[in-house]
Amino acid sequence: MQTVLSIAIDALAYGMVLFVISIGLSVTMGLMRVVNLAHGAFAMIGGYLASYATRDLGLGYAPAILIAVVATAIIAVPIERLLYRRIYGAPELTQVLMTIGITFCVIGLANYAFGPTLKTIPLPETLSGSIDLGFRAIATHRIFAIVCGLIVAGGLWFLIERTAFGIRLRAAVDNAPMAAALGVRTQLVYAVSFAVAVGLAAFGGIVGAELLPVEPYYALRYMVTFLVAVSIGGAGSIPGALIACLLLGAIDTTGRYLAPEYGEFFFYLAVIVIVTLFPRGLAGRFK
Amino acid sequence: MAVLMDSTLPTRRRPLGTLIGIAVIIAASVIGYFLFPNNLALLTRIVATMLLVLSIDLVTGYCGVATLGHAALFGAGAYGAGIVSAHFGITEPLTMTLIGAVAGALAGLVSGIVILRAHGLPQLVLSIAVVHLFHEVANKASSWTGGSDGLSGITTDALLGLFEFDLWGRTAYIYGIVLLLIVFVSLRILVQSPFGMLARGVREDPVRVAAMGASVHSVMLRMYVISGAVAGVGGALNAISTQVVGLDSLSFTLSAEALVMLVLGGTGSLYGAMVGTVSFMWFEDVVSAANPFHWLTIVGALLIVVVLFAPKGLYGSAAAFLSRRRGGER
Repeated sequence: MQTVLSIAIDALAYGMVLFVISIGLSVTMGLMRVVNLAHGAFAMIGGYLASYATRDLGLGYAPAILIAVVATAIIAVPIERLLYRRIYGAPELTQVLMTIGITFCVIGLANYAFGPTLKTIPLPETLSGSIDLGFRAIATHRIFAIVCGLIVAGGLWFLIERTAFGIRLRAAVDNAPMAAALGVRTQLVYAVSFAVAVGLAAFGGIVGAELLPVEPYYALRYMVTFLVAVSIGGAGSIPGALIACLLLGAIDTTGRYLAPEYGEFFFYLAVIVIVTLFPRGLAGRFK
Repeated sequence: MAVLMDSTLPTRRRPLGTLIGIAVIIAASVIGYFLFPNNLALLTRIVATMLLVLSIDLVTGYCGVATLGHAALFGAGAYGAGIVSAHFGITEPLTMTLIGAVAGALAGLVSGIVILRAHGLPQLVLSIAVVHLFHEVANKASSWTGGSDGLSGITTDALLGLFEFDLWGRTAYIYGIVLLLIVFVSLRILVQSPFGMLARGVREDPVRVAAMGASVHSVMLRMYVISGAVAGVGGALNAISTQVVGLDSLSFTLSAEALVMLVLGGTGSLYGAMVGTVSFMWFEDVVSAANPFHWLTIVGALLIVVVLFAPKGLYGSAAAFLSRRRGGER
């Protein structure tokens, strides 16, 4: 029973972190049809900046998160303008290569600037302890990650379904030329959603730093995981991404607990089965 | 795929082109032999990787399947050749190579069946999942594969009973070049055959090929098996020359790097695959000796530049430039 509960909590926390990072990828992929393998690199940049802000500048956890997220989004805007805009609508192979190139560059530069060691983001006192539920203690950080995931899911749902920007975004997703003809400034919508997506990636990278440690090869190591999450969820769908991330989190965590010697065997086996059964994702409109 | 793989290929058979290709390969390998007599191991590794890149070209360049998991086929060949030598005492190099090719073809069949079920992004994800699955299986079956320590204890007889595999790697290098020549000629014949034409048709317009009455899926699957055999030969060559097979020969990184080499040289052309491999690996050897992380930064920047400014790759762009020049003079 204890094992089941710890697996459940860890799986939920891991799935939520996965969700926060990959939902941005899902939105940009659904909107701009870009297979963005560099998404994990932005999560990594967020983690590095937060680590730098807390450890070297001595800032608190909350301001460090804010600064890191905003700074990562600011870094991303010129990259979107200069590089990504050229590959919208290009064949997948082109997109894959360009974004792998960006990932390699970021890894090399991160190592140059911060060194090859693992970077930690010290948690504040309120998050580093554990909460006693009477029958069991749960690390506060796990709960924090889960709550963050829920807030992001709710916030995004509100942004997309209930605001004027959301209407434009959905219009651009469904039919970009028609939306542009009706006066939606699609270029602006693209830029804003890209910045939001990258900001979310950075946020997920910081919140999830306990589960996915920040180091130069982060971008390459988890790139596949994020891509898999989006592909299974179906690009552009929030519920799809949430279900996919929770499912993948559960499979991965259970595999690690019960059969660690198999590594990620069951994870990838499950991926093959799911993709074969649902080639368009669990809730996807991706063609 | 149309932008990257603009068809610059001739549609008729050109035995002269094949002869020139053979001459260029032989000339380049002789030059390499005398320029780097102490670095033949690197040259042999380049040849083995070239076979892997050629095999990716078959499915990506000629069939239009984007894959990030082709090292699974290469690794299957390497482990196939290595295991029969280390565990079953089959140490005849030609037999080992043949077994490597068969193992690669089988891996190609398996991964082709899985990967070809989807299109686009899911296809890419499936290819990644396949290579990771192969990697985990090899890691788990450590009694057969040596796990993360790598498979050691591979011994090889003298080639044809005459040429020992010496410490300098001369025999391995020459054997590699001969294999490359054989594969090159066979692939030239293959891509210019009616089947090769059909594969190119699948890349350009699968719906139309289906409407013509050909089975798109079976063309791609057959190409995958052939591609697996080629990659398996490369893997076997690697196992024979280094006498060790590591898990990195089944890795996602190798798959991604090989795809990068292909695109650097130019997809949809056998020469492009070979040019890309040589330039990438030579460049890697020079730069990563200085600093492996700077190497990553430079590869990344190089990739971006190639995608933006030379989408046909080094060979493709050069060939296009030359044909433009020739067109201007005419």
